[in-house]
Amino acid sequence: MALKIVKGSIDRMFDKNLQDLVRGIRNHKEDEAKYISTCIDEIKQELKQDNIAVKANAVCKLTYLQMLGYDVSWAAFNIVEVMSSSKFTYKRIGYLAASQCFHEGTDVIMLTTNQIRKDLSSPNQYDTGVALTGLSCFVTPDLARDLANDIMTLMSHTKPYIRKKAVLIMYKVFLKYPESLRPAFPRLKEKLEDPDPGVQSAAVNVICELARRNPKNYLSLAPLFFKLMTSSTNNWVLIKIIKLFGALTPLEPRLGKKLIEPLTNLIHSTSAMSLLYECVNTVIAVLISLSSGMPNHSASIQLCVQKLRILIEDSDQNLKYLGLLAMSKILKTHPKSVQSHKDLILQCLDDKDESIRLRALDLLYGMVSKKNLMEIVKKLMLHVDKAEGTTYRDELLTKIIDICSQSNYQYITNFEWYISILVELTRLEGTRHGHLIASQMLDVAIRVKAIRGFAVAQMATLLDNAHLLTGNTQRNGICEVLYAAAWICGEFSEHLEDPMQTLEAMLRPKVATLPGHIQAVYVQNAAKLFATVLQKHEGETDSQAAQETSQLLIDRLPLFVQSANLEVQERASCILQLVKYIQKLQQKNVEVAEEVTALFAGELNPVAPKAQKKVPIPEGLDLDAWINEPPSESESEDEKPKVVFAKEEPKHYRSRHTEVDEKELARRREVRKQEQANNPFYIKASPSSQKVYDAPGVEHIPVVQIDLSVPLKVPGMPMSDQYLKLEEERRQKEKAERKKKEKKKKREKRGKGRKADSGPESEEDITPAHQVDIVTEEMPENALPSDDDDKDPNDPHKALDIDLDKPLADSEKLPVRTHRPEVLKSPAEDRDSKSVPQETKKKSSKEKKEKKKDKEKDRKRSKEEKKKKKKHKEVEEELLESQPEEAVQSEETKEAAAPPTSTSAEASDLDFWLSSAPVPPAAAQEVTAPSSAAAVDTSSAAAPESEPDEPKDTEPEDTKSSKHKKKKQKKEKEEKEKKKKKRHHHHHHHGDAGGEDSVQNGTVEEEEPLPPMSNYSLLAENSYIKMVYDIQGNHQDESKVVVSVIFENKSDSFLKSMEFNVLDSLNSKLQRPEGAGPHDGLTVPFQLPPGVSNEARFVFSVQSIVMPQKLKGTLTFIVKSDESSTHEKLDFKLHFTCTSYLITTPCYSDAYAKLLESGDLKGSSLRLEGINMPFHHLLARICFHHHFSVVERIDSCASMYSRSIQGHHVCLLVKTSDQTVSIDAKCDEPSLLGNVLDEIKQTFSKC
Amino acid sequence: MIKAILIFNNHGKPRLIRFYQYFAEDMQQQIIRETFHLVSKRDDNVCNFLEGIYFTLIYRHYATLYFVFCVDSSESELGILDLIQVFVETLDKCFENVCELDLIFHMDKVHYILQEVVMGGMVLETNMNEIVAQVELQNRMEKSEGGLSGAPARAVSAVKNMNLPEIPRNINIGDINIKVPSLSPF
Repeated sequence: MALKIVKGSIDRMFDKNLQDLVRGIRNHKEDEAKYISTCIDEIKQELKQDNIAVKANAVCKLTYLQMLGYDVSWAAFNIVEVMSSSKFTYKRIGYLAASQCFHEGTDVIMLTTNQIRKDLSSPNQYDTGVALTGLSCFVTPDLARDLANDIMTLMSHTKPYIRKKAVLIMYKVFLKYPESLRPAFPRLKEKLEDPDPGVQSAAVNVICELARRNPKNYLSLAPLFFKLMTSSTNNWVLIKIIKLFGALTPLEPRLGKKLIEPLTNLIHSTSAMSLLYECVNTVIAVLISLSSGMPNHSASIQLCVQKLRILIEDSDQNLKYLGLLAMSKILKTHPKSVQSHKDLILQCLDDKDESIRLRALDLLYGMVSKKNLMEIVKKLMLHVDKAEGTTYRDELLTKIIDICSQSNYQYITNFEWYISILVELTRLEGTRHGHLIASQMLDVAIRVKAIRGFAVAQMATLLDNAHLLTGNTQRNGICEVLYAAAWICGEFSEHLEDPMQTLEAMLRPKVATLPGHIQAVYVQNAAKLFATVLQKHEGETDSQAAQETSQLLIDRLPLFVQSANLEVQERASCILQLVKYIQKLQQKNVEVAEEVTALFAGELNPVAPKAQKKVPIPEGLDLDAWINEPPSESESEDEKPKVVFAKEEPKHYRSRHTEVDEKELARRREVRKQEQANNPFYIKASPSSQKVYDAPGVEHIPVVQIDLSVPLKVPGMPMSDQYLKLEEERRQKEKAERKKKEKKKKREKRGKGRKADSGPESEEDITPAHQVDIVTEEMPENALPSDDDDKDPNDPHKALDIDLDKPLADSEKLPVRTHRPEVLKSPAEDRDSKSVPQETKKKSSKEKKEKKKDKEKDRKRSKEEKKKKKKHKEVEEELLESQPEEAVQSEETKEAAAPPTSTSAEASDLDFWLSSAPVPPAAAQEVTAPSSAAAVDTSSAAAPESEPDEPKDTEPEDTKSSKHKKKKQKKEKEEKEKKKKKRHHHHHHHGDAGGEDSVQNGTVEEEEPLPPMSNYSLLAENSYIKMVYDIQGNHQDESKVVVSVIFENKSDSFLKSMEFNVLDSLNSKLQRPEGAGPHDGLTVPFQLPPGVSNEARFVFSVQSIVMPQKLKGTLTFIVKSDESSTHEKLDFKLHFTCTSYLITTPCYSDAYAKLLESGDLKGSSLRLEGINMPFHHLLARICFHHHFSVVERIDSCASMYSRSIQGHHVCLLVKTSDQTVSIDAKCDEPSLLGNVLDEIKQTFSKC
Repeated sequence: MIKAILIFNNHGKPRLIRFYQYFAEDMQQQIIRETFHLVSKRDDNVCNFLEGIYFTLIYRHYATLYFVFCVDSSESELGILDLIQVFVETLDKCFENVCELDLIFHMDKVHYILQEVVMGGMVLETNMNEIVAQVELQNRMEKSEGGLSGAPARAVSAVKNMNLPEIPRNINIGDINIKVPSLSPF
């Protein structure tokens, strides 16, 4: 036997380990795939062996192969095997492999739940750590649901190493199982103040990640984060917090105001560039949120811009890049302050780093103004020339076009210039963006009527020099431009100087080498040109020339008729026949020009790109229905040309009425000029101003000048000359401007009366030279409103948009599989995962007091700043209203008992925190401390009690303020009522859907709010520590109850090594971990820093539940202060009431009736005198304190039900009349019933 | 969130990949290829950020290796750059003058170190001493269990002890292997 083992080991000695595998792969470079496939075969053999070490080795190798791209999912089961090894070494290998290759679709994952749970509760922290790390990579919704509670418990683990991992993984759990967010959030929030910086940082990390997606739910944490920001020294944490604030400020401008100062301080003080950068970024976000009317922030903007300039000037490329990135954010709201750094940004265009150049380009996009557009574009054109690599050059090209065309050509003052730029861009070699240039040309020519003459001249030259564009096969992209050129020349041929020449150019044989769709446009537009030429010649009665033109067409068109492209062929033959017919008519000396022109009459209007999409579908029209039976064979070839043709068609139907308009316009202009000339006060526009282009008339000499000098040379002439020309022109214009401004000043001195009518000519002299017909993009009548939905419905974060300030409902607690507190190893029984939640609410009277104090403070302050407050109140209301209503929430008694005021309380905390004028950091901290303390107990039933007290507290001397107080109160009430209404509605909704009990339990239907209730009662207290506890049973286990104890450190010292011990009785025993003696204490799994409270849970096993019991116990702990540490102890008595064995169980009325009819139950009754509380309060108290649920309620009579952990039914019939309450009760265990009734009696005797 | 961490050499050979968002193996390889393509053509004196196809890439180039972190907008660029530095320095401490060979042969160990720095795409620890301490504690634990190669090692010694009883006990085959880099570099 031993020999066999040794033999096996020797065999394994020759197994490859990871290193051997790697070396083997490196030695088999030629046949790597083959080698690896043999290795995989070996691995498969190894996985078949029983020896876990061999398996682990094999899995380790698989992990390596996975990295090389091999799918190893077939070994998933073996990976699970290795994961479940008891040895850390193997476990780690297993989890690593799982984290690399498991995903939601891996089916064996469901086998891992128990193994992972076991590892999570392992006494070895590294087993737990490895499990957490692995789980973070492959957590599925099922795993998240089943393990959420275990992980949540780990968040309070004694070892910070585990705590921080548990905190981080919660984020993944939230993503997969959003229901866990609300129950886990209070603890997550506590971790923000964990003594260990690593845990703190992890909590900040998680909350930041959550808040980034749904910031509005996290606004109430702002004070806490603010405190952290002013106190933390960990740059990593600071960066995260500052980034978070960046996400919060847009929602709450007041927060921004508060942030500016500490952020500015950080900017000045920090030496860490990363922190500086994030501060600047957040300040920018703040400034954006404040952008309206905050003049005194110009200093902050200046500071930011100045710091960014330092970053951009830095030699470190990273800083330069980020500086530009941040600069572009400022640009959006404060373009002026960025524009002054234009020099720097232009300089970045020369940077050797392409990503920096691209960032600079982005910036330029936002920096252009009417004044500097030409200059910037000129600079860019230079870069286009210099740029190496087509990608960057193409990028430049698109940027130039973007910059110029942005917001409807807003910044272009001279369209002639723009057209020449476009023409120049056509000379780019090998660009992909020919169509982009072409569409710009078309767009400008169509929409800017005044530029058509110039554009046509330019396009004619382009057509004339088409060989330059098409000569090189490399330039195929750019020939798209000819499409635009041909169309423009044809459509606006009336502007052509020499249509004959252009016509000739369009019919050159070389054209046949162009792509089909361009040829088609050529042919069609040749016909248009023909019409123009005819008209011209007939006007001059030059019939000879007209006939020559016809002949030209008849000569050239056959070339196109032979085209392989159907579209070209069809058009060409059609037009050819037309021309032949016209020729015949010409020969008969018939005047045809008029008729031919009529073929192409009509004005084209620009159509919005989305227009087609916006046409509403008429009722009764089914676009998907077949009109005829689907054709058997493809007819696409026939259809294709039709589509293209359709584009041209509309003009045939429109009459040309624009000419009349233009004549009319010209006439009016003339009249106005006459008037102006006669007016001695009118200052005439200087002739060199671009304004003169406005009229497309003939007498404007400067236009002609430019027209001739620039365009004719374009294709052949060197670029720089062109630029020079433009630059000259620009300077000239600037001069003119200056002159005009001076004149204007003079004029203003003289009299302002005329200002109104002379507006267009003065001041904003950079007004566009041409009327841009831009707004009139045509949309169909009754177009549908825009329905662009940018939200991704699959975004997992959508599910996490959960209101976290609402009190927690019982139904929301995390599912617990086994009933086990943190410290105990529970027997690993397999139970249904739907046990009753054991999470309890925290509430100590101390906290309540604190809250009250806080409120008082609040009140005093508010008096001081009543005016401010008043304003903010309204904001707050809005804020409250905007808080989303929780959609999924079943109503239970406890929840009903918690009045919905906690949100408003919190919101007013935040409100108060925000409204206090910017205070020095120290003072701010003081303020935030209590409010954050109050914020901690979100889950508790928040106290509305302070509201009724308020008037009493207000000092009467200040009448004004009390008036104000009342107002405020009123508002609060209104708010509450609003909320209640919402709730009310909500209830009904639920009642309809979810069965009767929820309606019955909904005590909130009453107007009066319920007093706060807590089941926690005092366990023991001394000067160091205070313990409160609550006991709850569990359906799943009839012999166990959980005691939740909240430990609160009241001293200024650190409490540690707490040990909880109880003297067991025969009936009740504390569950201790395996191996512990019956008298050993349990270590409380946390330490308490001063002022902190935390909760631990202990499981007790009980045998008989019919009698109440008391157990004596002791808590021992070490008090550690700076100078000394002492050992202290505190005795206590745990009181197990019979109530604590009852579990709130809903019961339907029919089942309830059956139960009563069965006759198994024995009765008892109780009378309570002098109860003067509303009936619904009474019921709520019984429900809350004694774990009953209301089955049915009719007026002042209600039936209630509960069940013990051992399955006893307890039924109550509660009736009330005149301060007397009678309770008839039935139960199958009389002594239990008696004790429960006694306890109910006690509850009401206390109040 | 960090979406992925990729380490590859100057030729694009992956040395460690760690995705925090699921991609199938072929997609992973494609991302590596594309990332390498983007990163490798950049000079050393240009900035360390670039917009990748799927994420923002933040990378550092050390000798023969590229360390690339693929992140979304919630991460601070400079912060991640520092983190890469921390990670590499940690590797250097754990491996004593780390070089590409260490990563090639000990991909698993590199993963374990990385697990102490980043967990599930979120930064776990930035303090180098803390990271090193945790890694060492776990290594010690592994050693006390005999390590992965421990079992065969014991077997070897068991066989050899039959003849040569004075041979030292804990031969770690793994260690021996590392010290024999008679390998042609890629």
